[in-house]
Amino acid sequence: MTNAAASILEQLAAKFPSETSELKAERGQQWGYVAKGAVKKVLTYLKNDCDFNILMDLTCVDYLHWEEKAERFEVVYNIYSMSRNERIILRAKVAEDDAVVESAASIWPGANWFEREVWDMFGVRFTGHPNLKRLIMYEEFQGHALRKDYPYSKRQPLIGPKN
Amino acid sequence: MGKPLPSDYKVTESRSMLLNIGPSHPAMHGVIRIVAELDGETVTSIDTEIGYLHRAFEKSCEQGHYNVALPYSDRLNYVSPLISNIGYCMSVEKLLDIETTDRCKYIRVIMSEISRVTDHLTCVGASSMELGAFTVFLYMIKAREWFWEIVEMVTGARLTISYARVGGLKADLPDGFKEKTLTAIAETRKVLKEVEGLLNTNRIFYDRMKDTGVISKEDALAYGVTGPFLRSTGVDLDARRYAPYLVYDRLDFDIPVGEHGDNLDRYYVRMEEMQQSMRIIEQALRDMPAGDVAVDLAGHPAREVAIEADKMVDEAKIGHTRGFQQSVVTADPTLEGSSGAAHKNVYSTNKLVALPKKEDTYGNIEGLMNHFKLVMHGHGIRPPKGEAYVPLEGANGELGFFVVSDGSDKPYRVRVRPPCFTIMSALHKILVGDQVADIIPSFGSVNMIAGELDR
Repeated sequence: MTNAAASILEQLAAKFPSETSELKAERGQQWGYVAKGAVKKVLTYLKNDCDFNILMDLTCVDYLHWEEKAERFEVVYNIYSMSRNERIILRAKVAEDDAVVESAASIWPGANWFEREVWDMFGVRFTGHPNLKRLIMYEEFQGHALRKDYPYSKRQPLIGPKN
Repeated sequence: MGKPLPSDYKVTESRSMLLNIGPSHPAMHGVIRIVAELDGETVTSIDTEIGYLHRAFEKSCEQGHYNVALPYSDRLNYVSPLISNIGYCMSVEKLLDIETTDRCKYIRVIMSEISRVTDHLTCVGASSMELGAFTVFLYMIKAREWFWEIVEMVTGARLTISYARVGGLKADLPDGFKEKTLTAIAETRKVLKEVEGLLNTNRIFYDRMKDTGVISKEDALAYGVTGPFLRSTGVDLDARRYAPYLVYDRLDFDIPVGEHGDNLDRYYVRMEEMQQSMRIIEQALRDMPAGDVAVDLAGHPAREVAIEADKMVDEAKIGHTRGFQQSVVTADPTLEGSSGAAHKNVYSTNKLVALPKKEDTYGNIEGLMNHFKLVMHGHGIRPPKGEAYVPLEGANGELGFFVVSDGSDKPYRVRVRPPCFTIMSALHKILVGDQVADIIPSFGSVNMIAGELDR
């Protein structure tokens, strides 16, 4: 709270005017969008230069039915800084036909499992991830369960691993 | 000392051993599989496999109304369900931008802290049992039982509580709550003292906990570990302090921190957190605004007629609704919700989210329509389009619900940030380098809750 410097939103807007957009404080949190290609660059800057040391959450939302969303997926980074007591929720728009994002696992090792879960549930891949395999479902599972076009009532036989 | 090996003796091969622990192993607190690679007794690498308790929580939440998702949130953490319940409601309230009443906030704090105590009691008790301290387990479960009786008294259930509502709470506190809680706290303090006497200077316990399962401050932060686990490394990060929600900023409490990040420190941190939680409950009980049940009756003599809720429902079904508006319903708080007069103390008056009082539902058309609009398919709570995230301090670390609304009556996406997820992802940092036997106390101190880990 004692941070006299500018808020992270102003800092990001000054440093990455073209890579970040829609930076705003709303509903008690700070939100922003980051261009997909600049994810690693911006996150590294946040970690190393702004002391955003904890990746609290990393998830994804499938905006299949939203008309105003041009891209289908949004990967959500929820990052907290202890020294500044600030949190920013950054989102990256990801198109369905190119659902690949740079991995944050080299910045925060905690991203490893979060990204595996996103791959498992949404089918968004992360380049540079050390071990991108399904986390919750089994390897033989077909499809990605949290996608909006995966039917809720769909059942699949549980296929055991091939020995 | 045997004979020296002959000079032509050849060591042909040296292999590590794979040890498969779980998914159904008594010490695996739920279902999880750890494949440990061993060199003698030392763990050289581990592979953690989760997902055995996956019940499609997030997908299920998208299928029904906002209130339909509410009972699912009880089932996330089965030792402190009230915190996830309240957390979900707070995120939806944030989307709707509504405030709850002061009394409701205090009750939420009290119930959260009761949950935190039961969670820590379970964790410390169960992991002591795994080290052979069965007495401690019985003592702590006994203490937990006192708190669960209180939870049952308030919510009507021990585990599947569904107590919070978007905009408030299902019901006000029942009579005798304060006395019973204060008694439980006094008794639990005695139990904790007894447990400390049993464990703190116990050679077996101390040796198995000290310097095992160590995680450094840097590793814990890099993996996003929060809660007592992070605090045992000396970082005083607590959402109740850094982002005070409800009324935590009005209450006085300390955040215990450890030093070494080992199992023993985590035990100390949890023991002290229980004391602090009980301190918070005492303060909240003292400061809580009174439920002004009698105020509503003042000046409305006709309202002194009280009807039992089930009788009112029966009468209303056959159209006998005369005089309902002037009467007060006496409801069993554990089953039917608050009685009418207590309703407004704990429930928002916002008609967009809060179900009306029963006497209004059955007594006048406005109340009936309000009820209809909230419960019928295609109506219900409709937050504006957008996203909200509210961080809470769960018993195990930061718990947060990321709720996305598309403006309809169903949540578009509900994402939980489960506190033990990050700890589990850092499990190899905790276990590798220790002995096989250390897996048990270390894993016990993780306090993994498979319900929220796998969702």
